[in-house]
Formats: sequence, C-alpha cells, structure tokens
Amino acid sequence: MSEIAVSPPEALFTLATDRWTAPFWEAARQRRLTACRCGNCGAFRMPPTPFCPECRSQEVEWPDLPGTGTLFSFSVVRRAITPEMEGHLPYVPALVDLDQAPGARLISNVVGCRLGELRIGARLVVGWRERSDGVVLPEFRLGE
Amino acid sequence: MIRRKTAIAGLGATPYWKRGQSAPRTMNELVGQAIIAACADAGLEVTEVDGLAYYSGGFDSSYLMETLGIPELRFSAMLTGSGGGSAGAVGLAAAAVVAGLAKHVIVVGGNQQGEVRFGSITKSYDRTPANAFFEAAGLIGPGHMFALLAQRQMHDYGYTREMFGAVAINARENAMEHPLALMKKPLDMDLYLSAPPIADPLCLYDFCLESDGAIAVLVTSTERARDLRRKPVIVQGSTHGGERGWGRSLYWMNMPAGQFLSSGHRSVARDLYAQTGVGPEDIDVAQIYDHFTPQVIAQLEDYGFCKPGEGGGFVLSGAIRRGGSLPINTDGGQLSGAYVWGMTHIREAVEQMRGTAHHQIAGAELALVTGGPSNAPMSGLILAES
Ligand SMILES: [Zn+2]
Repeated sequence: MSEIAVSPPEALFTLATDRWTAPFWEAARQRRLTACRCGNCGAFRMPPTPFCPECRSQEVEWPDLPGTGTLFSFSVVRRAITPEMEGHLPYVPALVDLDQAPGARLISNVVGCRLGELRIGARLVVGWRERSDGVVLPEFRLGE
Repeated sequence: MIRRKTAIAGLGATPYWKRGQSAPRTMNELVGQAIIAACADAGLEVTEVDGLAYYSGGFDSSYLMETLGIPELRFSAMLTGSGGGSAGAVGLAAAAVVAGLAKHVIVVGGNQQGEVRFGSITKSYDRTPANAFFEAAGLIGPGHMFALLAQRQMHDYGYTREMFGAVAINARENAMEHPLALMKKPLDMDLYLSAPPIADPLCLYDFCLESDGAIAVLVTSTERARDLRRKPVIVQGSTHGGERGWGRSLYWMNMPAGQFLSSGHRSVARDLYAQTGVGPEDIDVAQIYDHFTPQVIAQLEDYGFCKPGEGGGFVLSGAIRRGGSLPINTDGGQLSGAYVWGMTHIREAVEQMRGTAHHQIAGAELALVTGGPSNAPMSGLILAES
C-alpha cells in the first residue's frame, strides 16, 4: 500500500475542557507533551480525572515527557461514515503508550507514513498540528 | 439470591425495521407496543404491571404510565452504562420481584435510529472534557474504537480475519431462513474477505445492523408465572458489573494489556456461574452480544467456553454453528437478524427455553445471554427451561 496516513477531519471535534484536563491541552498549545501524574504517589492516569485511582489524592503534576512512545494498537479509517470525513481519508487512530509515563496511553493519530509501514510496537515521535480554531493536537510519526 | 425465584412470563415485540424505517411511529409508541404485546402473551392486563426496568438510558416511566394507563408504579430503575446492561436489566427486574418491591416488572429496550445513527453515535455525544480525548483522534463511531481492540487481538493472539468472518457467516446462516431476520443474502468466506475495509481490520460484515424496533419481557415470581398463560422461562440468574481495568473501555483505551484483550465480562461471568450454580459446560445455547465480530470471540473466552487466545480457533471450528457444541445467535443475532440493543438476544433465549425457536436447539435446557461489551456495567443472564 502506498497511501499516506493523513490527519482526521477537523469538523467533528470541538475541544471541551475542565480544570483537570485543561493543563494537558494548554501544554499542547505550547508544543509540550505531558500526562497527568499524581502528586502524592506518582501514578500516571490519562485522561486526567479529579482523583488518583491509586491513592485518591487530588494533587497533580504535569511533567515534561520526551514525546516518544510505542504504538499499542491502531486502525486505518478508510470509509467516510459522515460527510465531514470526505477528503480526510485514510487516517490512523492510534493508541500510544507514552515513554516515561507508565500506565498512560494516549489516543492520538499516526500521520505521514505509508499505511503498510504501520506495525504494533512501532516507535513513535510526537509532532503538533494547529487547527483552524487554534487548538493544538499531538500527532505522531514513525520514529527510530 | 435471585436464583430460580423469578421467571419470564411474557414476551412482546414490534416488527424489526431497517434504520429509520419505523417512522412515523415514535419511540414511545414502539416501546408501548412491545409492552402491550408482552402482557398479552402472558395473559395479563397491562394495568397489572407495577414495575419497569431499563438499561442504557431507559425510557420515561411517567410517560408510559400516562399513555398505557398503568395505575400504580412500585419499581422504576435502570442499569447505568449502555448496551452492556441489556441482559442485566432482567436481573434488576428479578431483584425487584424477589425483594417484594413489585409483582409484574416489564423489562423493555428498543431503538429508533431515525434521528441518531448509531454507527456514528459518538458524533451526537456531548462535547465533554473526557470525550475530547477520543474525539480529537477521529474516533467517530464505535466501529473505529472496536477496530483498535480487534487489531491488538490479532497481534497478540494471532487471530485472522477468517475467524471474525466465521462469526459473521454463522449469524448470516442463522438469519437466512429465520422469519424475523432482516438480512437474507448468502454470505460466504470469499465474500466476507473481499468486502472493503471500513476501519482496519473491520469490514462491513463485522458491524451489527442498524435497525429500529422494541422488545419487552415480563418478569414475575416463578410461582406466579406458573398461573399465567405461557410456560414460564426460569431466570436461573443474572449479574452485572465489571472491573476497574475495563472501566470506560472503548472510550478510555487505558485498559492494562490483559484486559484490553477481553470483553470486560470476566468478573460478570465468574459471578454469574457462582450465582446460578452452573458452568459453561452446562450451557446448551448462547446469545452473545454481537455488535462487532471480534467481541463475540472475546466474550466466548470470558465466559469460559474456551481459553483466552483460543476463541478464534473455537469459532473457526464450527463449534458455534447449529450443529456445534455451543450454537450461538440462533436468530441471526445483531449482525444479520436485527439490532435492538441486546433485546433480540433475550427474545431468542426465551424462545429457545420455551422450545418455540425457529432454529430450535433440540433438548436445550439452559441459555446464556450477554450484554454488550462497552463501558461498565456489562451483564449476563442465564435462562432455564421449566
Ligand atoms: Zn496517587
């Protein structure tokens, strides 16, 4: 397959945040990949929620992560099931186990590679995509 | 304990329609028709219904009382979550009856997809902070999400598309001659494998149908059921719940590696067998929630019909076909029969235990029904022939 993975359609997503998730998206705006870490016991959790499921603490930290990870699973979306998807195919939803954030898996995309190059276990490097509404999203490319 | 203390005494349903084709009937109208039919089947006046049990958002009990003329309501409750609760709603009704809260409890489910197409249901979801984490990646419909689970199943267990295809083909074969099923065109492995992918590794035939309809069952005490018109179908038991490691599952995707490969049913299945005093080897026929083919395989593993990683070989062996050791989805299931949020599975299990199913499994005495792998709770139900 020589088709290249593109970014998913913008039109089907509008960012909503709360005080627990906003720091992730604010960091993304600054092109900084982070994940929610408990300030008490150090356990990671994603998406960010009000309590640490390990110790019930509400203290959180937002460490700088290296921006690399491993592809845990992926799909290739090839068919438009709503009109907004036309012209934005194929795209690759991806589950990324983030380096230096054990237990934190990010739902993101792999872009810019040939579909045939996608493999579970592939190494990934984060990049950033700024949408027309100013929201910045992480998306990954195949790495070393 | 609810074990064997209640029974399904009535079963009612609307016709099944392809998506949107039930219009201009309203959703409440379909639900009302199913309830009236279930009461008539039991030989009971609608006015004797005093409880309503739901799942997946449920319906408005006060509106149903108003339009159906139900004089007094003593129980009105719903399992949280989505399609995972279908089988468990019968357990909810049973619990109400055993506790003495109500005498005749209706369990009803249905859908009408004129306005909301389930295939892209996430498009209609609230723009919530939690949902942003999957919506940003273009996960528009449940098929996209279950594709991510299936891809990992294939990687870790070596499953093939032929295994998913065996589930789809079994459903179609059961649907072919079934009078209620919507899909009648033959499906073989060549046709399955040549279907264009929608979201790798899933193709059209891996997805359930999108259809309209409503189904209701009437749950009462086993003793009371023996006085009614139909042969009672005993509620052997029912459980619902799940583990934190599954949790919001497809909307979360942070399941630990082992649970990522399951259907989220492991603790529900364990508790169901303990509650009912039966094991997987005792089940004669199973109605396994089939929104997506790979999740049927995962459920067969979670319910102990085969070991984790062996479900693909199990379905490919023909074990799930009508002549096999565990016939499943004998009405064509949701893949080829109709999709009524799990209620078709309850309906078919009731028919099997009455001995009146179109594809009756000879001598079947115990039937398993599962609710849909989704955000917890998931649920299970075992019905027994009386
Ligand atoms: Zn903690």
